[in-house]
Amino acid sequence: MNLTLKVWRQKNADEPGQFVSYQAKGISQDMSFLEMLDVVNESLMTEGQEPIAFDSDCREGICGTCSVVINGAPHGEQKATTACQLHMRHFNDGETITIEPWRAKPFPVIRDLRVDRSAFDRIIQSGGFISASTGGAPDANAIPIPKPDADTAMDAAQCIGCGACVAACKNASAMLFVSAKVSHLGVLPQGKVEKDRRVLAMVNQMDKEGFGNCTVTGSCEAACPKEISLDFISRMNRDYAAAVVKSAWNQS
Amino acid sequence: MLPDSKIPSGPLASKWERHKFDLKLVNPANKRKFEVIVVGSGLAGASASATLAELGYQVKCFCYQDSPRRAHSIAAQGGINAAKNYQNDGDSVHRLFYDTIKGGDFRAREANVHRLAEISRNIIDQCAAQGVPFAREYSGYLANRSFGGAQVSRTFYARGQTGQQLLLGAYQALSRQIGLGKVQMFPRTEFQELVLVDGHAKGIIVRDLNTGALSRHAADAVVLATGGYCPVFYLSTNAVGCNVTAAYRAHKQGAHFANPCYTQIHPTCIPVSGDHQSKLTLMSESLRNDGRVWVPLKSGDQRKPWDIPEGERDYFLERKYPSFGNLAPRDIASRAAKEACDAGLGVGPTGYGVYLDFADSIKRMGEPSVREKYGNLFDMYERITGENAYRQPMRIYPAPHYTMGGLWVDYNLMSNVPGLFVLGEANFSDHGANRLGASALMQGLADGYFVIPYTIGHYFASHTQHKPSTTHDAFGHSETQAKARIDRLLSIKGNRSIRSMHWELGRLVWEKCGMARDRAGLEEAIATIPKLREEFWHNVSVPGEAKGVNVALEQASRVADFMEFAELLCRDALHREESCGGHFRTEYQTEDGEALRNDEDFAYVAAWEHQGEDKAPALHKEALDYQEVKMTQRSYK
Ligand SMILES: Cc1cc2nc3c(=O)[nH]c(=O)nc-3n(C[C@H](O)[C@H](O)[C@H](O)COP(=O)(O)OP(=O)(O)OC[C@H]3O[C@@H](n4cnc5c(N)ncnc54)[C@H](O)[C@@H]3O)c2cc1C
Ligand code: FES
Repeated sequence: MNLTLKVWRQKNADEPGQFVSYQAKGISQDMSFLEMLDVVNESLMTEGQEPIAFDSDCREGICGTCSVVINGAPHGEQKATTACQLHMRHFNDGETITIEPWRAKPFPVIRDLRVDRSAFDRIIQSGGFISASTGGAPDANAIPIPKPDADTAMDAAQCIGCGACVAACKNASAMLFVSAKVSHLGVLPQGKVEKDRRVLAMVNQMDKEGFGNCTVTGSCEAACPKEISLDFISRMNRDYAAAVVKSAWNQS
Repeated sequence: MLPDSKIPSGPLASKWERHKFDLKLVNPANKRKFEVIVVGSGLAGASASATLAELGYQVKCFCYQDSPRRAHSIAAQGGINAAKNYQNDGDSVHRLFYDTIKGGDFRAREANVHRLAEISRNIIDQCAAQGVPFAREYSGYLANRSFGGAQVSRTFYARGQTGQQLLLGAYQALSRQIGLGKVQMFPRTEFQELVLVDGHAKGIIVRDLNTGALSRHAADAVVLATGGYCPVFYLSTNAVGCNVTAAYRAHKQGAHFANPCYTQIHPTCIPVSGDHQSKLTLMSESLRNDGRVWVPLKSGDQRKPWDIPEGERDYFLERKYPSFGNLAPRDIASRAAKEACDAGLGVGPTGYGVYLDFADSIKRMGEPSVREKYGNLFDMYERITGENAYRQPMRIYPAPHYTMGGLWVDYNLMSNVPGLFVLGEANFSDHGANRLGASALMQGLADGYFVIPYTIGHYFASHTQHKPSTTHDAFGHSETQAKARIDRLLSIKGNRSIRSMHWELGRLVWEKCGMARDRAGLEEAIATIPKLREEFWHNVSVPGEAKGVNVALEQASRVADFMEFAELLCRDALHREESCGGHFRTEYQTEDGEALRNDEDFAYVAAWEHQGEDKAPALHKEALDYQEVKMTQRSYK
C-alpha cells in the first residue's frame, strides 16, 4: 500500500519544528510501524538526506524505547500495543498518517521524534528501589508472599517506562508511572520497610520535574501499552496521604 | 601468547571458596580512591555498577539507550536457572553444573561452570530481596518450571517477562547508587575506543549520541558488559541496537576474541515474513513445556493444520528424542526443524516453519490455564502474525539468538589486557558451544553481583598502575582515531543504504555460517566479506554531520565493525573441524545426523589475536582440562 506521512521534524531543542510530508510507497501489511519508517528513512538516506530520528531498540514491546504519537494517540490507536508492535495491517491504502513526538514539558524534544525522558530515571533514583545491597539477602523462600500480592506487584511492575501515559495526559501527569513503581514495591513485604519514605520522595521528585496534576481523566490507562490500571493511582494517593500524616506525627 | 587462565587448584567444589580467600582485598577506606568504568547497563553491567558502588568504588556507567533500564536484557522472557532444589526433584549444584557442561557440549571450563552453579542460589535470594516479583504458588513460595536440556524444574520466572523484572531489579539498585552520587550514569553514549596506558586498560573514548561530542574518561579499570553480537546475521532476536563495537574495538587493541563461531540459533522464533524485516521475535522456549512441535508427514501437504489427522503428522522431536522430547536443547531442536524444512516438510507461506501446537495442552488443562501461563506470548504472536494460537498452532522457525563466543577472560573475568574485565554475554566464559535456556540471565547476574566485586579488588591490590590523567598521550591518540573513523564514514557519500549493506552481510553469514556450515561455504564467505567491506567503505551513504544527533552515523559505525568481525567469525568456524553444540559442520556428523565432536584435536578454547588490518588473526589455544566430568557423546534420546 501507499501512504502519506506528516512527520514532525525538528533539528534540536532550540529550533522550532514543523510537519514535513513524505510518501511511503510499497508498504507491506506485515511490516511493523517502525519498519515502515525504516523504509522511508532508507530512501531518504540513499538520496543523501538525513533520516527521521526516532527511538527504538527491542522492537518487541518491552524496552519502552519507541515513543511516537500516531494520529494523535501515543503508540497509535491499537490497544495494548507499542509502536514497534503495531502492524501496518491496521492501516488502509492511501491513508494520511500524522507522526509526532511525545509532547510534554518534562520530555523536551532532542530531535524530530526523539525526546528526553531522563526525568523518569530521576524519579526512580529518588526512591524507586528497595535498599538491599548485594550479599545480605536471606533465602528467597524465607519470606512467603501471598500469590495475590505477588500478582498485584507483577501487574504494576510490568510498566515499561515509555512515557505514553504522560504524552496522553492533557496535564502531562506522571501519576500512572510513579504509582506503578510505588505499588510494585509497596505491596511486597520486602518493600514495606521503606514504603513511606519512598512515596514521599518519588512524589516530591515528580513535582520537581514539572509533571502536572492528575485530574483522573483516565487517558493514561487507555494509552498504556501494558494496560497498567488506574487503581494504582488511588492506591498511591492512599499511601501518600498516610505517609504525610505519619511524617507530620513524627515531627510533632 | 595466552596468559594463565588462573583456575584455582584443589577439588572442583571448593575452588571458588578457596579462591575468594586467596584474592587480595582493598581496604574499605581505600576503595573510594579507585574508579571503575563500566560499559553496559544490562544485567551484567547494572549489577556490577551497583555492587561496586555499594562496596565504595567510584563508578561511571555507560549505555547507548536513553536509559539504563532499556538494555537488551529487558527482553528475556523465559526465566533464570538456580540450583535451589525447592521442588525436591533431585536438583543440586552438581546437577546444574553437569547439565550446563553437557549442554555446552563439553566446550566450557569446568571451574567456571561450577562457580556459576554455586552462585545461582545467591542470585535468587538477592533478586527476591530487591523486590523482583517472581511467580509464586498459593503457598506463597516460589514457583518453578522446566526448560530445555534439563529434567528438573529449576527455572524461576516472572510471567513471560523474567529479563524485564531482573533488569528492573538491577536498574533500581543502580539508580539508588546514582541517587547517592556513587555512580555517574552516561546514557545515550556510545563506546568508541579503549585506551591503554603502559599496556593496562585505563580509559575509554565515547561519543555523546545527542551532541555528537567525543569525550575522554580515565579510570583504574575498565569493565565491558556490552552484550552479544547476533546482529552480525542482520536478522536476529536481539534489539536493533545490539552491536559488537566495544568488544571488537577492544579486540583490535589487543584483547583476544574467544570462540566467535559458537552462536546459538533459537528454535522457537516467529518465521521471517519478508525482506523488510528489521528483527525476528522470539517465542519463549518455555512454550515447549506445553507445545508440541510437528510437521506434516507428507511434503507439499497444503491442508490446514487442523485438517491433518494425528496419523499424518510427524512430532519429530518426540520421535527422535523420546526422553527429552520437545525439551531437547536448542541446537538440537533447531537443527531438527531445519532438516524437516530442507526436506520440504516446512509449513507456512515460505515453507520455512514448523508447527508448535497447544491443542493437547488446552484440552488437558483448559484454555484459562494456558492463558495464565503464556497469555502475553500468545498476544504477542497474534500482534505480529495476525493469527490466534489458541485456535491454530503457532508457526515457528529457528533464528539467531545468543552468542556464546566473546572476549577471552580468565577465571577472574579479566581479559588478556590487564585491567580490562568482560562480563555477561560479551565474554566467552561459561556456556561452551551451546547455552542452555535460562542460563544467560544467571551468568550475567553472577558475573556482576558475585564475581567481579571480588576479583576486581585483587587487580587493584596487585598493581601499582593508577588512573592516568586524560591529558596522557594515549587519550589523544585514541580520540584522534575515533574522530578519523567518523570523518571517514561521513566523507564516503556513496549511494548504497546502510541497511542494504548490513542485510547483504547478514544474509551471507546466515547462509554460510548459520545453522550448518561447511568448508566450501566458509571459504566462500571469507573471500566475499572483504569485498563487501570494500563496497561499504566506498559506496555507503552516511548523510549528516558529526555534530548533533546522527542516526545514520550510529548505524554505519556499528555495521562497519560487523563487516570486520564477520570474517573472524567465519575463520573460527572454518578452523574448527568438528561439530559441537551450535557449531555444526556438515562434514562432521554421526550416522544419525548428530554433532560429531573431535575431543582429541579440538578440546580447547580458540582465542584469536588481532594482527593488524587485513592480516589473518593468530590462534591461541587454551586446553580444556576436564577432571570431574568425562567428555562423552551428548545424548538426549
Ligand atoms: C529475546 C530474548 C530472550 C531471552 N530470554 C532469555 C531467558 O529467558 N533466559 C536467559 O537466561 N537468557 C535469555 N536471553 C539471553 C539474555 O537475555 C542475554 O544474554 C543477557 O541478558 C545479556 O545481558 P548483558 O548484560 O550481557 O547484555 P545486554 O543486556 O545486551 O546489555 C548490553 C549493554 O551494553 C550497552 N552497550 C552495548 N554496546 C554499546 C556500545 N557500543 N557503547 C555503549 N554501550 C553499549 C547497552 O547499552 C546495554 O546497556 C534472551 C535473549 C533474547 C534476545
Ligand atoms: S522498541 Fe522496545 S518497546 Fe518499542
